[in-house]
Amino acid sequence: MADLFLHQLVLPVAYILAIVVPLIVAVAMFVYWERKVIGWMHVRLGPTKIGPWGTLQAFADVFKLLFKEVILPAKANRFLYYLGPLIAVVPALAVWAVVPFDSRMVVSNANAGVLYLLAVNSIGVYGIIIAGWASNSRYALLGAMRSAAQVISYELATGFCLICVLILAGSLNITEIVNAQAGSKGFFEWFWLPLLPVFVIFFIAGVAETNRLPFDMAEGESEIVAGFHVEYSGSPFALFFLAEYANMILISFLSAIFFLGGWLSPVQGWVHLDAPGWINWLWTGGFVWILIKAFLMSFLFLWFRATFPRYRYDQIMRLGWKIFIPIAIAWLFVSGCMRYFDWVSVGVGA
Amino acid sequence: MNRISGYFKSLLLVELLRGMAVTVRYMFKPKYTMRFPMEHIPKSNRFRGLLALRRYENGEERCIACKLCESVCPALAITIDSAPRESDGQRRTTRYDIDLFKCIYCGFCEESCPVDSIVLTSIHEYYFDQRGQNVVNKQQLLAIGDRFEKQIAEDRTLDAPYR
Ligand code: SF4
Ligand code: SF4
Repeated sequence: MADLFLHQLVLPVAYILAIVVPLIVAVAMFVYWERKVIGWMHVRLGPTKIGPWGTLQAFADVFKLLFKEVILPAKANRFLYYLGPLIAVVPALAVWAVVPFDSRMVVSNANAGVLYLLAVNSIGVYGIIIAGWASNSRYALLGAMRSAAQVISYELATGFCLICVLILAGSLNITEIVNAQAGSKGFFEWFWLPLLPVFVIFFIAGVAETNRLPFDMAEGESEIVAGFHVEYSGSPFALFFLAEYANMILISFLSAIFFLGGWLSPVQGWVHLDAPGWINWLWTGGFVWILIKAFLMSFLFLWFRATFPRYRYDQIMRLGWKIFIPIAIAWLFVSGCMRYFDWVSVGVGA
Repeated sequence: MNRISGYFKSLLLVELLRGMAVTVRYMFKPKYTMRFPMEHIPKSNRFRGLLALRRYENGEERCIACKLCESVCPALAITIDSAPRESDGQRRTTRYDIDLFKCIYCGFCEESCPVDSIVLTSIHEYYFDQRGQNVVNKQQLLAIGDRFEKQIAEDRTLDAPYR
C-alpha cells in the first residue's frame, strides 16, 4: 500500500515539481536576461533597481501581475476565456516530461518521445486560438488567426527537420538521438554538421512557432496592439507569458538536443584526462553542457529580437511554404542518402 | 548574375548576420543611461527652468510692478495687480501669479524685466499633486528666489560677459 502510494502519488508529484519549479524560475530569470540583453543592445542598462543588478525584477513583475484584477470583457465566453491560457500553458509544461537533461536524467524516457513532443507542443496553439476567439475582440481574433496560420505552416517545416534527425539517428527516443551523436570526433559528430541547413531552418521555424520576433505577427504590438492576449490581464496574462517563455526555452533545449549533441561534451573523444569527478563533465559530458548549449541558443532569441524588424504577413507565409519546406524536403533526401551510404557515423559503435 | 548572387546572399542569411553583428557590437558599447535620481545630466547656466522672484540684498523685493513681463509674456501666463504699498507708498504688486501650465519657459519675462526681478532658475524637477498648484503666487515665487538665490546669482555672473 505504502509502495503504491509512493509510486502513484509522491513520485509523480516530485517529478512534476522538479521540472516545473526550476522551469518557472528559469522563465523569470530569462525575462530578466532578455530585458538586460535588449537593453545592452539598445545601449541602455535595462532593469537595475530591484535586487542586485535588478535580478529580482521579473519576480516583482510576476507578483504585480498576480495581484491585478482579472477583467472579463463584456460578452466574452467565460468558460473559454479562462480555458485559453490553461490550454496554452499546460502543454508548454507537459512537453518537458520527455526532455532529457543527462543520459539518465529524464522524467519519462519514452520510446516515441519525438512524437509525444510534436503532438503536445502543437496543442498550445489551440490555447491561442481559443483565447483570441473567446475574448470577443477584433484585435484578439486577428492575432489568433494569424498565429494559427503561422504555427501550422511552420510546424510542417519543423516536422520535416525532425524527420531528417530521425533518419540519421534511427530512433524516436530522444535519449537515443543524443547518444547517436556521440563519437570520437568532438563536436563534429553532432548533427548540426550533416544537417546544417536543417538546423538553421529548425531554429528559425522554432522562433516562428513561439511567435517571437521577427515572427510575432500574432502579437504585433504596433498593428494589433497585443494580438490574442489583448483582453487578458492579471494572472491569465501571466500564464500566456509563462507559456511563451517556456516554449522559447524548450526550443532552445530541443535545438541543443537534436543538433548540438545534448549533454555530450564538445571535446568528446579528444580529451581523456584523469581528473577528479567534479570536473569530469567537461569532457565526458553532463547536464551542464546542455544547459550551456540551451543558454546560447536562447540568447539567439533575444539577439533576433533586438536586431530584426517584424516580417510582413505574406513574407512569413512565403518563407515558410516556399523556402523552408522545400529545403527541408530536399535535405530529407540528402540525409536519407547519408544514412544509406554511411557518410556519417552514428553513435559510438558505428 | 546579380540576381544569382542576391539569391545566394539571402539564402545564406548574409544580410541578417551582418545586422546581428551590428547589434552585438552595440551590446558592448558604453551605455548612455543616466541613473536619474542618483545621477544628473550637467546643466547649462542658461537653463530655463522654474520661475522665481528675486530680492535685493537688503531684503527688499526687486519687482516694481512695471508689468513689462506681463505684457511680453507670449503665453499670457503672468497676472499682476498693483497698488501703492501702505508703509511707504511705493508702487508694488499685490498679486503676482504665474500659471506654470501656460508658461512655455521662453525667458522673455526675464529679458524684459528692468530690475532683474523675475528670473528662470535651473530647477526642472518639480511636480504638482493637487489641482490648482500649477498657479504659483507671489509668496511662493519669492520663496523660491530666496531659497536658490545663490545659484541664481552664480548663473547670472557666469553669463554676464556674453550679454
Ligand atoms: S518664461 Fe515666457 S511664457 Fe513663461 S512666464 Fe516668462 S514670458 Fe511668460
Ligand atoms: S517682474 Fe520685472 S518686469 Fe515684471 S512687473 Fe516686476 S519689475 Fe516689471
